[in-house]
Amino acid sequence: MKKHSSVLLFLLFFSVTLVAQKKLFTKTGTITFNSKTSIEKIQAVNKKVLAVLDVANNKIEFAVLIKGFEFEKALMQEHFNENYLESDKFPKATFKGKFDDTNFTILAEENKTVTVNISGSLTLHGVTKPVTAKALITTKNKTVSAASSFTILLSDYSIKIPAVNKNNVNNQVQININLANLQEMK
Amino acid sequence: MKKLLFALTCLLFICPAKAQDTSLVSGLEDENALEKVTGTFKSTRVINAHSTEMLYKGNMDFRILHRFGPVNSGVKEFFGLDNASMRMSFDFGITNNLMIGIGRSTNLKDLDFLIKTRLLQQTKGVKPIPVSLLVAAGYIVTTQQSFATVKPTFSDRSSYYLQMIVGRKFNSNFSMQLSPLLVHNNSTLNPTDDKTIFGLGGGARYKVSKRIALVADYHYAVGKLDNAITNPLSLGVDIETGGHVFQLHFTNSAGMNEKAYLTQTTGKFFNGDIRFGFNLSRMFNIGKKKKNW
Repeated sequence: MKKHSSVLLFLLFFSVTLVAQKKLFTKTGTITFNSKTSIEKIQAVNKKVLAVLDVANNKIEFAVLIKGFEFEKALMQEHFNENYLESDKFPKATFKGKFDDTNFTILAEENKTVTVNISGSLTLHGVTKPVTAKALITTKNKTVSAASSFTILLSDYSIKIPAVNKNNVNNQVQININLANLQEMK
Repeated sequence: MKKLLFALTCLLFICPAKAQDTSLVSGLEDENALEKVTGTFKSTRVINAHSTEMLYKGNMDFRILHRFGPVNSGVKEFFGLDNASMRMSFDFGITNNLMIGIGRSTNLKDLDFLIKTRLLQQTKGVKPIPVSLLVAAGYIVTTQQSFATVKPTFSDRSSYYLQMIVGRKFNSNFSMQLSPLLVHNNSTLNPTDDKTIFGLGGGARYKVSKRIALVADYHYAVGKLDNAITNPLSLGVDIETGGHVFQLHFTNSAGMNEKAYLTQTTGKFFNGDIRFGFNLSRMFNIGKKKKNW
């Protein structure tokens, strides 16, 4: 009886410590994307990216509002929301993934950079597709930052380019993610 | 044993509580964020009436408007297409909530000036604003040479208008607005006409696809006007292709400024006295927004 209780107590304790382990987050990450054709260069930035790195469980998650992307040309921004991403219907893009390699001991060290592989699923325009990317995690001056870059195809997410704009919008879009100064979640 | 059961139930409760919280980001999202509603109409005009749309800062809208002759003038006049009247205008976005414009019509060689401002923009969020509220004011002067024995003075040829626009995007496809209009003519074509005419205006849009929408606008004139004057009704289709918006429509009004369409429309829509018309809008970026990344 006593033995059982101690095992249970240990289990309980263990589950609590798991919860208490490190999670890093930011609400001000940036995502930029580029699409380039010989006629037009399309670029936009979103500076309110929400990201959580669950170090203990090797998980990572992003959420971003489509309407938060800023373009150089206001009309382009309107068309992006109205005609391409349909942000009224699909206001958010999310990514849920995990780290394939799990060497997070560096988080405790100063001035280190490691490359990790991330795989997960990206939900955009109501379509969920698997995505893999390499990411750099850096520790410097007691802060942790992360960066990644990958490409997606608009056709994978049923974002249609009308025939008249075929030469203006590239189906292949490069996405850059930058998370500076990740905070520890309390 | 009881203790054990108790501990087990505790565990049972703890584990699902953790498992349920699968989304790491939930709870961190800013629920108070206000989101501005955009794209209520495709252009700054429904057809004739000002819409709830504004130009963005640094944008210039070059508009070419055409109204042809009455369709019921028959094949001899090629259903009105032989006879075109036009208005050309340039509108500028000073800020996202303030725009000015200048335009000139073939009809009576009217020159018109516009200032339009947005006081409220429809937003979604915790404290939503249900409608957009805008005010447009304008001055119109007729510059056509008069052959009357007593020439009208500059003041006689002047007209003023004030339009308020209350509009709402009900969903991504359907938008509607009420746009009461006040027009004051310093002198009238018919001496018994009221100088100040009030127009109860309304407009709507229904998107049939991402880039094509059906639009309509109407003004009901209140005030004493000649019997031949009718209320302007326009029905059309908006087609958007990148920086262009094509508005094709049928209307009983030949006039393309506020004075002309409210107080000088003579066509009877349901007698087939309608004209084919189009508005072409081309957007230019003149003040480049500074790149901030």
